[in-house]
Amino acid sequence: MKVLVAIKRVVDPNIKVRVKADGTGVETANVKMAMNPFCEIAVEQAVRMKEAGTVTEIVVVAVGITQSTETLRTALAMGADRGILVEVAGEVQPLAVAKVLKAIVDKEKPGLVITGKQAIDDDCNQTGQMLSALLGWPQAAFISKLEIAGDHADITREVDGGLEKICIKLPAVVTADLRLNEPRYVTLPNIMKAKKKPLEVLKPDALGVDVTPRLTTLKTEEPPKRGSGVKVADVAELVSKLKNEAKVI
Amino acid sequence: MAILVIAEHDNKQLKTGVTNTIAAAAKLGGDISVLVAGSGCADAAAAAAKVAGVTKVLVADAAQYAAPLAENMAAMVLSIAQNYTHILAPATGFGKNFMPRVSALLDVQQISDISSIVSPDTFVRPIYAGNVLTTVQSKDPIKVITVRITGFDPAGAAANAAPIENVAAVADTGLSEFKGHELTKSSRPELTAARIIVSGGRGMGNGENFKLLEALADKLGAAVGASRAAVDSGFVPNDYQVGQTGKIVAPELYVAVGISGAIQHLAGMKDSKVIVAINKDAEAPIFQIANYWLVEDLFKAVPELTAQL
Repeated sequence: MKVLVAIKRVVDPNIKVRVKADGTGVETANVKMAMNPFCEIAVEQAVRMKEAGTVTEIVVVAVGITQSTETLRTALAMGADRGILVEVAGEVQPLAVAKVLKAIVDKEKPGLVITGKQAIDDDCNQTGQMLSALLGWPQAAFISKLEIAGDHADITREVDGGLEKICIKLPAVVTADLRLNEPRYVTLPNIMKAKKKPLEVLKPDALGVDVTPRLTTLKTEEPPKRGSGVKVADVAELVSKLKNEAKVI
Repeated sequence: MAILVIAEHDNKQLKTGVTNTIAAAAKLGGDISVLVAGSGCADAAAAAAKVAGVTKVLVADAAQYAAPLAENMAAMVLSIAQNYTHILAPATGFGKNFMPRVSALLDVQQISDISSIVSPDTFVRPIYAGNVLTTVQSKDPIKVITVRITGFDPAGAAANAAPIENVAAVADTGLSEFKGHELTKSSRPELTAARIIVSGGRGMGNGENFKLLEALADKLGAAVGASRAAVDSGFVPNDYQVGQTGKIVAPELYVAVGISGAIQHLAGMKDSKVIVAINKDAEAPIFQIANYWLVEDLFKAVPELTAQL
């Protein structure tokens, strides 16, 4: 089975982001970038399935600026076979990404698509579900376990309050949650090998997809800072403050 | 304007976030219909009819809605979507699962996790794990929105119950099948719904010591949470995790015990109304965002606190 994994280049999750002075967005120039952590889990899942013999080929796709090829190379170093960058210069929103991915899926005809559940920059949590809907395929979002069994997959997914088990027909789109696996570190020999793996660059026009953003950002700002707190001397004072001042108990 | 709110429920009762979502809908202005899709869900529908602001309740009662599978939920919402200008659901595991399907098939860009409403087409939503707020405007004909339930106070009870109408269910898509739940058994509230949360970190030392927090939580009617450090150390199950990669919470009161306050944890709880931190390390970063902080050994402070409540 061929698997397609969609990945996103985001600001490194360990960096504290800064809002641009003019409020038009978040500062990304000269900021360390990385693969979205949930996308790393998605790639790792595909690589493990290939190592287990369930998957024959892994195609990774990114939609974004030229530098997203670096993120694709990381995925190739993790064990993906082939990369596709759909190059878009400006902002690209989830609906547009889902449409681009649908066009790639129509061409590549994978048996399974894996995405991360959410990108840690825009926190939208939409693309996988949207892609699944556009394809008319089943979906399994926020998965922590995936087993392929012939023409279907047995899934455990994270829901509020615990886990849910579902069975979905294939082909399908699944989105990876934190507990699905722990992604491997890429090794230097694999980074070198990844440089020789094929990487194709396409434009959305060539796929017949309009990627114009639908939402206009009017303002970007930092949330209000919390006021400074009060140190209490002992438990009795804490209880008194909570009862009489904060009035929360 | 006509607004549709999709209710999350267990066929008997509404889940906590529904009244907050209805409150968000009320801020938009306009008639509010609430869709209750379930199986044997008359009680949940009756509950929805009694929420202030609701104009009418639509009930789709069919076996295929016994569990809210994304494909079936989306198909049901789409069958009536054209009657509305706004479609809202709580940004919980429930709403996040199927709303993007609705949005994609209507060819509109969903607005996820809104924390406030500026106008009927302009919304504020947190990005970068709540470290940045962005204000976005949508020109799409139908606004598909998920609502951060901590951003809106719940709607109250209505003086008169709204009328309840049946709507036709859509045939089972047959794409996926519900097999079962493994829910963490707890008599305490769910983290995302709790008014008070007591959370433990690495300082708890082991899972056994979480009993101290459970005793405190039971006194307060609180949920028990944890930092990723505590989850990764195996003290408590994964679904306890509060933080950037866990649950985002904003209770009235958040009591952080033995939690140093890594950025990733703060991202999940810094919007709590009142934060209490108990830590023996006077330099713990958690104190910087706490309203009240106590520098003391948690093994002394927590039992004392439980006793004094």
